[in-house]
Amino acid sequence: MLSIKNLHVSINGKEIIRGLDLEVQAGEVHAIMGPNGTGKSTLASVIAGRDDVFDVTQGEVIFKGKNLLDMAVEDRAREGIFLGFQYPVEIPGVSIINFMRTAINEIRNYKGLEPISAAEFMKIMEEAKSLVGIQSKLTNRSVNEGFSGGEKKKNEIFQMAMLKPELAILDETDSGLDIDALKVVANGVNSLKRPENATIVITHYQRLLDFIIPDFVHVLYDGRIVKSGGKELAIELETRGYDWIKTEIL
Amino acid sequence: MKMETTSTTPDLKEKILHLFEKNKETILKDNSPGMIEQRTKAIQSFKTAGFPTIKTEKWRETDLSKMLATDYSFYFEPTFRPGIDLSGIFQCNIPHLDTNMVPQLNGWFVSDNGPVKTTPEGVIVGSYHAVKKYFPDLFNQYAGKIADITKSSMVALNTAFATDGTFIYVPDNVHVQLPMHMVNIIKHDRSIFIQNRNLVVLGRNARLQLVQCDDSVDQQQSFTNSVTEIFIGQNAFLDHYKLQNKNNSSTFINTSFFSLERDARLNTNGITLNGGLIRNETYVTLNGENSEANIMGAYLMDRTQHVDNHVFVDHKYPNCISNELFKGILDDSASAVFNGHILVRRDAQKTNAYQNNKNILLTDKAIVYTKPFLEIYADDVKCSHGATIGQLDQNAMFYLKSRGIGEKNARLLLMYAFAAEIINHITIEPLKIRIDDMVKKRLRGELSICDKCVLHCSAMDNPIQFDIDLSKI
Repeated sequence: MLSIKNLHVSINGKEIIRGLDLEVQAGEVHAIMGPNGTGKSTLASVIAGRDDVFDVTQGEVIFKGKNLLDMAVEDRAREGIFLGFQYPVEIPGVSIINFMRTAINEIRNYKGLEPISAAEFMKIMEEAKSLVGIQSKLTNRSVNEGFSGGEKKKNEIFQMAMLKPELAILDETDSGLDIDALKVVANGVNSLKRPENATIVITHYQRLLDFIIPDFVHVLYDGRIVKSGGKELAIELETRGYDWIKTEIL
Repeated sequence: MKMETTSTTPDLKEKILHLFEKNKETILKDNSPGMIEQRTKAIQSFKTAGFPTIKTEKWRETDLSKMLATDYSFYFEPTFRPGIDLSGIFQCNIPHLDTNMVPQLNGWFVSDNGPVKTTPEGVIVGSYHAVKKYFPDLFNQYAGKIADITKSSMVALNTAFATDGTFIYVPDNVHVQLPMHMVNIIKHDRSIFIQNRNLVVLGRNARLQLVQCDDSVDQQQSFTNSVTEIFIGQNAFLDHYKLQNKNNSSTFINTSFFSLERDARLNTNGITLNGGLIRNETYVTLNGENSEANIMGAYLMDRTQHVDNHVFVDHKYPNCISNELFKGILDDSASAVFNGHILVRRDAQKTNAYQNNKNILLTDKAIVYTKPFLEIYADDVKCSHGATIGQLDQNAMFYLKSRGIGEKNARLLLMYAFAAEIINHITIEPLKIRIDDMVKKRLRGELSICDKCVLHCSAMDNPIQFDIDLSKI
């Protein structure tokens, strides 16, 4: 589904990702772990298409056989990529409902489908809301405006449930969450898991992986994936920290 | 019908002074001696000052010279015969909005059943000109009392010339149920120079919702120099809206004077959607303790349009609140001016005064000149001012796009959200829905001047294809 080969990414001339390779197949859950400042969020943003700060200097990112790097941000989303933001953006004045309805209809339009009916929209919205335990009506709420950290993250999973992406990349979705919110978020992600979908979970701590069980764990260090393994790698990282990996690769 | 046409180039000022002399009898008909004296002073004042030029500090960014170099027609009596069928021009089109329509055509009050109407509660609505004759005491008590001719030579010119317009009087303790809807239409086969004058008086504890729409029905060039005086009595409340959707050949100088007595409240909200050159001058005097003025505006301009908002708030008494918020989106080579001046006098302790102007520039050629200004002589006050000029938030753009929303709709959503802060303050729900719709159309570039707040000219818009549905479901 996703194939990243020899990816190099710079910010202001400084190389952040330095030859990264990653293969993700449908149905898989991958966890990318690593210390701060090693390029985890950069990787997520580059896959989603942020290009105003990053320069991809080398390598390729292929999604379902298509070159993602040539694609506009919105087209990547329409093809099925979803980025759960580490810091979801507050957009005062844009209601969540208009936002989601516009997004769904643009995706449907891209796929040659008719706009969603109001009834169908309401139906999937209610489902998505209950999935993450959003009680409020949302009708008059602006996107993320005045949301607590936990609400913002729930809102990301809510959007994921609405848009049903093929590849979801969750960037530090666990940061700033208490254990209850973490369970809600993880439960949302697990419920959305399908054989035809894949998820990349980017996290600093092993904690989230108690709830979202990864098939593969990768350690990103200094712009490269330096170690990959199964879920037991995450546990080892939790007990031993990252320093032993640094020593191992040096 | 009496008409005076003159070439206004090269010197419109001389021609205007000449026209005043020549038509003095008509202009000053039924005026009280005091009024005649005031208007004679006003023409002298205009004679001395002339039209504002870019050398005038307050007009530095708004150049009238091109607009004044036109062959305008001047009229001193109505441009239409009584009994003319105006139903085709004035037709209310705000769904579910039940209003008391008060139309003006080319600056003249229009009515099919007499120039002045009085309701059983004592509310008077009528022609400014006729009220001079029918209610001279009431008229002379207020007319010209707050429109300070030294503020601007355009006010002086209007004071000297203006013959008609709308008069509204709401007696003490009367709450007018239906919003009053002043609709000012320009429809003429020549380029016309209009100077109308409105006077609105709210007695103690009175309440009124007033919607002022200024529209064009065609592409004919025009110059309007309009002055409105509004008195808000003790503990009275005026909810006031201005909707400006004029053609690109129109110049509109619109000066409003508000005076608020003790415990009075004013909400005034101006939405400028289209127009060649629009200048709104708003003077608010907080003339009694505990009065409150909320002054808002939104302007959405493109091409070479120019909009200028000047707001002056005078805090004369303690414990008053003024709150200004103006937001603009400028596309193409459009330009905007915001000049806000808050004066807090020495006795106006415990004043709360806020002023904010926010702008989004969509192109490199769009320009905004913003000048928030506080002048404070009291020491126990809370005042703030701010101005921002920026582009659309790139983080928000990325967020929207990352959900599959394309550039065009992402921009629309953000621009609409920016303007919505002003629209959401509209308390007349059907009007809010209508203006909301107009703003969306305006942002999509689909608004025509035929798409007015209330009116549709005979040539309806082509059916509109919405590629984005911002409506609530």
